[in-house]
Amino acid sequence: MKIPPQEAARIAALARLQLPEDKLALFAGQFEDILGYMDQLGEVDTTGVEPMYSPAEHATVFRGDAAEKRVRRDDVLANAPETDGTFFVVPKIV
Amino acid sequence: MSDLISLTLTGLRDRLAAGEVSARAAVDACLARIQATEPALSALITVDADAARARADELDAAGYDPAKPLWGVPLAIKDALTTKGLRTTCASKILDNFTPFYDAEAVARLRAAGAVIVGKANMDEFAMGSSTENSAYQLTRNPWDAERIPGGSSGGSAASVTARQCFGALGTDTGGSIRQPASLCGCVGLKPSYGRVSRYGLVAYGSSLDQIGPLTRTVEDAAALLAVIAGPDAKDSTCADRPVDDYAAALAARPDLSGTTIGLPVEFWGQGLDGEVDERLRAAVDTARGLGAKTVEVSLPHSKYAIAAYYIVAMAEASSNLARFDGVRYGVRDAGAEELVDMYARSRSAGFGDEVQRRIMIGTYVLSAGYYDAYYRKAAQVRRLIRDDFAAALAQCDVLAGPVSPVPAWKIGAMTDDPLQMYLMDIFTISLNLAGLPGISIPAGLGATSGMPVGLQLMGRAFDEAGLLAVANTLFKALPDAGLPRAVA
Repeated sequence: MKIPPQEAARIAALARLQLPEDKLALFAGQFEDILGYMDQLGEVDTTGVEPMYSPAEHATVFRGDAAEKRVRRDDVLANAPETDGTFFVVPKIV
Repeated sequence: MSDLISLTLTGLRDRLAAGEVSARAAVDACLARIQATEPALSALITVDADAARARADELDAAGYDPAKPLWGVPLAIKDALTTKGLRTTCASKILDNFTPFYDAEAVARLRAAGAVIVGKANMDEFAMGSSTENSAYQLTRNPWDAERIPGGSSGGSAASVTARQCFGALGTDTGGSIRQPASLCGCVGLKPSYGRVSRYGLVAYGSSLDQIGPLTRTVEDAAALLAVIAGPDAKDSTCADRPVDDYAAALAARPDLSGTTIGLPVEFWGQGLDGEVDERLRAAVDTARGLGAKTVEVSLPHSKYAIAAYYIVAMAEASSNLARFDGVRYGVRDAGAEELVDMYARSRSAGFGDEVQRRIMIGTYVLSAGYYDAYYRKAAQVRRLIRDDFAAALAQCDVLAGPVSPVPAWKIGAMTDDPLQMYLMDIFTISLNLAGLPGISIPAGLGATSGMPVGLQLMGRAFDEAGLLAVANTLFKALPDAGLPRAVA
């Protein structure tokens, strides 16, 4: 498994990370080792095996259909980097 | 050092109940011990001294309440669990300024039971690591040797409990993060079954693997904490709607191990195990036999694939879970960006440490178009085979026994340049998280060469914490007690 630096840059962009080139090069080499190790799963015959995504399978939990006010707006906004007192404020989008 | 500090959690609880000790005296003893040992250990990111004293005074003023099973007991909480009004960083710079407005469910239950939170314990950033060296704040030292790591990711919890800074702590275990630091520091660490304890308020890493559990100095203490935090919670849909067993009664009912069959997975007792670890663990199994246990060889044939399957699942879930840290609703925002997507990327790049970035990126990769089937789906299939292996093995015995870590605590810095090598250290703990089963590490004495603690892992059937704790307690009491750790004696 070869991971060229431009592939590492593409993954970083997907993950919303902006990393310097030396770090991308370091990570790319480490990813080769790690993904190479993971490739040994190819040895296992999994024909017909249902994937197991969680130990809590088939868990559908219903709660009572009752409205509940659990949090206050002020509390939710208290940790935000920027608000106008009512909403979160973010930099321009386009 | 105050004599109070050398009590166990249950020992202190009984003294508090009898009115022989005040809650304030217990808290003051812990705070004094923290002050004396923190310069050497750095186990806690935040010490909440004033609030702890105030809470203890409140409890004393109201008087002992038999309805509160942890009345006045000082505890530490891993900094991955939200604590109302108390800074919660996950050992990450991206949460440097985060003060939650609600308690994690497990924390709320401890407080309701009368426990007093004295501090928030150090950890690997977002619980990603096996040595606590990935903390963005401080390097926690092993209480037995300050040159060595305490294990991870709940290294601060394990070091704090072992050094007698508190009477118990909560940790979290995604791939061994409770059991491995417990083993490396020489305390008890219990990972409950997936779904036994609500994950509400636990900052998510691998949601299908994460579980909260106690770190304590005895098995009885672990049972006492589990009894409080376990049980259904409507705020976590994966938390099982099952009654909680009477763990204290289960412990009392097992004076020896006659009638108990312990399975020894051949894949856990062969190559790759350090000599002094192997020696201590075989002696522990002999002790179990001496208590009347029968041992049988069993097999977990897919064990060699567990690390690969685990890291694919864990990193995939991490890349999704950590998408929430975007500088909008909480955490640190990079001030330089003029546009939204750029703000996300700058904030995440400055806020996350290397290991977190590495895992997010690999997780993103294995979930990306064209790779999903080869990696994530394949890992999920192997996961089922691993769980089936455990089911077959546990049909032949009551519990499984094996190592926690292939080696004792290593020197600080020894593995930081090679992430894959560090991942391979998790070989004996991760398969249990994939299968969702409970496991516990109990101290089996000190290694002959390093003089460092070695833990034995016992693993049980899903939701049979009562059976697992009972066997662990009986064996724990018969194994050597290493006493007060050298580096903080």
